[in-house]
Amino acid sequence: MTTLDRFARSFLLTEIVGGMMLTLRQMFRPKATINYPHEKSPLSPRFKGEHGLRRYPNGEERCIACKLCEAVCPALAITIEAEPRDDGSRRTTRYDIDMTKCIYCGLCEEACPVDAIVEGPNLEFAVENREELMYDKERLLANGDRWEPVLAERLRLDAPYR
Amino acid sequence: MTEFLNSPLGILALTVAQALALLVPVLIAVAYLTWAERKVLAAMQLRKGPNVVGPFGLLQPFADAIKMLMKETIIPSGASRLLFMAAPMLTFTLAMLAWAVIPVNDGWAIADINVGVLYLFAISSLGVYGIIIAGWASNSKYAFLGALRSAAQMVSYEVSIGFVIVTVLLCVGSLNLTEIVRAQENLWFFIPLFPMFVIFFISALAETNRAPFDLPEGESELVAGFFVEYSSMSFALFFLGEYANMILMSALCVILFMGGWLPPISIEPFTWIPGPVWFALKVALVLFFFLWSRATFPRYRYDQLMRLGWKVFLPFSLLWLVLTAGFLKLTGLLPA
Repeated sequence: MTTLDRFARSFLLTEIVGGMMLTLRQMFRPKATINYPHEKSPLSPRFKGEHGLRRYPNGEERCIACKLCEAVCPALAITIEAEPRDDGSRRTTRYDIDMTKCIYCGLCEEACPVDAIVEGPNLEFAVENREELMYDKERLLANGDRWEPVLAERLRLDAPYR
Repeated sequence: MTEFLNSPLGILALTVAQALALLVPVLIAVAYLTWAERKVLAAMQLRKGPNVVGPFGLLQPFADAIKMLMKETIIPSGASRLLFMAAPMLTFTLAMLAWAVIPVNDGWAIADINVGVLYLFAISSLGVYGIIIAGWASNSKYAFLGALRSAAQMVSYEVSIGFVIVTVLLCVGSLNLTEIVRAQENLWFFIPLFPMFVIFFISALAETNRAPFDLPEGESELVAGFFVEYSSMSFALFFLGEYANMILMSALCVILFMGGWLPPISIEPFTWIPGPVWFALKVALVLFFFLWSRATFPRYRYDQLMRLGWKVFLPFSLLWLVLTAGFLKLTGLLPA
């Protein structure tokens, strides 16, 4: 009986037709595609994207050159040099991140005692040559200034979990 | 004018014009078949498919064609140059040649010969040569394995296709494709010969090396089968030939089983639509089934493919052929 049943099933193509109906039904379901450059998927406030150096509201840079980020960086992507400034405060003279080495682990922002170095929401910073990915202090500060409202909001949202 | 058309030059010019009038739409159909394939597969996988080049991605086939033309033709150092270049041309030419006998409308076939079915059968068998030559001339083991698989597969399924065609011929009593369609004036053959219709469609999938019988191409195992070593226009010729063959097999399916250019019911609103439109619509429907099965079924294992061809389709179609012949003889319906 089972042999007959199997024989009938395979000759009447029941399973073949069943499979085809399944794909046909899928065809009319809404698409999962996002039209990427025009539509974007939501990002978590913890998303680790391009780095930036933040400033205080009075325009003074936050970084105090404690070099914790440089020490914690597992990819050795951060290079810092520091000197006391004329007013006696300790500031960096050089703050470089090699974005080709960076693994976007976010340990630098975890280590920072003053929330100076942060990873922002920007993930679209592809460039055409390697040199452009060697970020210096100027570039990082510019990033910080550009994304400051978003960066502050992200820190606020994530603060309860810190 | 009549004088010119009867002169040898006039006949030549007329034939060329007829051929172009058929082949240009066929090639455009090939271009849009690739577009439709991507769209249908995408829709069945909840994706959108090409939608950037032109409205609904309608210019995508032309973008692809231009890309193909711009690419460098690479001939492998170990390849047999002459055969390597001849194989894609052969495949493409044969795919185009077969269209000569296809009647798009009553009396619209370029060559309305009385052995039309045999001609088509011969041309589609010759198609194996393009594949074998390509695989051999590439001097690459992947290409060669792909070619061997392809040849074995096409030869196996041609046998059952042959029996299916013979069954239809028994019901018509003519090898002329126009006559075959005319014989379906009252009843399309896919109703009385439904099992043969299914076998024909599945064998057509295997014959054109389409999923789930795309072993020769075997994207995940043989890279691209017999045309791995091809690039640029020679690759495009294979591609065009393959898709033109798909359309050809669909056209043959429509002619043999679905009443060619005839409307579904011979009453007022249906008869307003001209024959070629009905023909194109039916071909498009069969092609949709090609794409649909590609989106649905996983690839057959090689021994399963051979088992299906030789141990299921061949005996079954032979049995059905004998049954049909006996039925026609006993009821006296056998055409003279």
